[in-house]
Amino acid sequence: MRLMRTFQAPTAAATSSSPSTPVATALLELHDVVASYGAIQALRGISLEVHRGEIVTMLGGNGAGKSTILRTISGLMHPRSGRVEFDGHDITAVPAHKLVRLGIGHAPEGRRIFNRLTVLENLQMGAYSRHDKAEIASDYDRVFGLFPRLQERHSQSAGTLSGGEQQMLAIGRALMGRPKLLLLDEPSMGLAPVLVEQIFRIIRDINAQGTTILLVEQNAQMALQVAGRGYILQTGKIVLADTAAALAQNEQVKIAYLGG
Amino acid sequence: MSPRRSISSAIGNSPVGRGSGRLRAALRPATSSAGRYFGKHQSLSVLVGMAVATAILPLVVLIPPFSGFGGQNDFVDGFASAGVFVLLAVGLNVVVGLAGLLDLGYAAFFAIGAYTYAYGASPFSGLDVPFWPMLLVGAAVAAMAGLLLGAPTLRLRGDYLAIVTLGFGEIVPVVFLNADKYTNGTNGISALYQPALPAIGDFGFINPWPYYITVAAIIAVAMMLLYRLEDSRLGRAWMAVREDELAAASMGINTVTTKLLAFAIGASTSGLAGVFYASKLGLVSPSQFGFTISFTVLAMVVLGGMGNIWGVAIGAFVVYEIQSQGLKQLNNFVASSGIPPIHIGFVNVDLSAVNFLDYQFLLYGLALVGMMLLRPEGLFPSRRRKQELHDVDDAGASNQELVEA
Repeated sequence: MRLMRTFQAPTAAATSSSPSTPVATALLELHDVVASYGAIQALRGISLEVHRGEIVTMLGGNGAGKSTILRTISGLMHPRSGRVEFDGHDITAVPAHKLVRLGIGHAPEGRRIFNRLTVLENLQMGAYSRHDKAEIASDYDRVFGLFPRLQERHSQSAGTLSGGEQQMLAIGRALMGRPKLLLLDEPSMGLAPVLVEQIFRIIRDINAQGTTILLVEQNAQMALQVAGRGYILQTGKIVLADTAAALAQNEQVKIAYLGG
Repeated sequence: MSPRRSISSAIGNSPVGRGSGRLRAALRPATSSAGRYFGKHQSLSVLVGMAVATAILPLVVLIPPFSGFGGQNDFVDGFASAGVFVLLAVGLNVVVGLAGLLDLGYAAFFAIGAYTYAYGASPFSGLDVPFWPMLLVGAAVAAMAGLLLGAPTLRLRGDYLAIVTLGFGEIVPVVFLNADKYTNGTNGISALYQPALPAIGDFGFINPWPYYITVAAIIAVAMMLLYRLEDSRLGRAWMAVREDELAAASMGINTVTTKLLAFAIGASTSGLAGVFYASKLGLVSPSQFGFTISFTVLAMVVLGGMGNIWGVAIGAFVVYEIQSQGLKQLNNFVASSGIPPIHIGFVNVDLSAVNFLDYQFLLYGLALVGMMLLRPEGLFPSRRRKQELHDVDDAGASNQELVEA
């Protein structure tokens, strides 16, 4: 696929699937980010931006570098070159634990919940960097509102939850940091279709409550339905960037990711 | 449990504290005065528990068969020595049980604490600092050593960290051995001054009671502080790091300082134990702080129940008593029982000639293997491990403890 298009900042109309009206300022910008695992180059010059209020999705096959981009943004790894800017700060070299305070929440690949802690303790960990007790209490309510299942199971060890519930917990835990930008890494992975629908509905709700979302997905169909814009990645490069609606109509995307 | 609400109603701006009463109770910070002053009653339970144990233990001499094993002072002396290991075990529990860092060189900090006291209060150095401030000095010096060791090595994980700490544990006694100009080499430093209190003067070597009471008090204070730490923000960070370091970092936890603090706090407890041990024994030498100490303490933590402070303390006490008293009495018992030598082919087994003390580590090994097979969570598992194995409704009650959000 060699379809690189010039990308224009979206208008509010272009992101109509996102209910809140996005302000057209970039919350997150990546400039020519190169990252590698040892000798293996995972990102070969990634530039992208996410605007306030948007849902942006990144699609691509295994090893395309989607998760690496998220890890670079959330500080779990640092780029070899290039620049990452978030909310007016250069965060290229900022360690992960400080980024939470700046407003980046990451629900990592494979969920990585704390198995031996209870659901409630997991959420409590999510609020670790905050000290505003009253606000935290209302955020428990928010998370339990989004995920009533978690409220039912609040005292259960997280490791005993079903896959879908664990995913809910991973998202809820990230929300407890009250992020401006929520990074979701394959939230639909390994979930039954019904649950996938539910998770995506909730992703929309979270966005409607004002959280910007950068979503990595294998399930292109669902991702393009909720997202306003999307990037298509291949072997560490962005090969296509457009509105989600346009991507969903794109012939190559249809063939490669939407099953014809 | 309250009925499910639709998402739209949940998003609405309703006031704080919706949800079931149980949940709200679980989320409410501890505000009762008892909770504030006694750290959710753990401090109280430690105080009462230690006081009762300290009062009752010397009475075992009245109960057969223990009454045949020696006089009350022998027992009390043994208990005071056991206290050293209890301290070591509750300290190592922070590193291994709470933060999940495998430290195989823990005896190094014990040695550093002991030598610190030897410098502070012996004719060798010419200093005569009283025991009580030396406790703090020893703890501080050991904590510094923990930070120094931790800073470069805590980037390592799992096996690699274990190997580095093993190396450190070997290096420290060797340094004390070879820097003989400063440490008096193999002979070590002797004639350390004893602790003293205005009321009773020098503790002396004859009467074990002052040592016994002192170590019980030190353990009680250490345990209260450790329980507070476990329930604190730092304790939660330890837990997160132990469970998943990467996820912990994305929760906003600085994993490096979190691990460093675990190391330093574990080391300082070990330093306390070292100061007390040196003062009680009156001498320090490099051979006292070998790998066997590190290993013994680790076995105590595992057998007692990693992560559970009381469990680890009791585990350490029991293991120490089995090792020091139990095996000795087994020797006496077998020797006097008149079991005839057994001949199997050309192998002669004469049980009455066996010194079971020599088989201490074989027995540790067997105990550990048996434990891992039958009860991997330890004799007194922490709530969390128990919960993991028996996930039942009692979790609701345990969440009452989950407060101080």
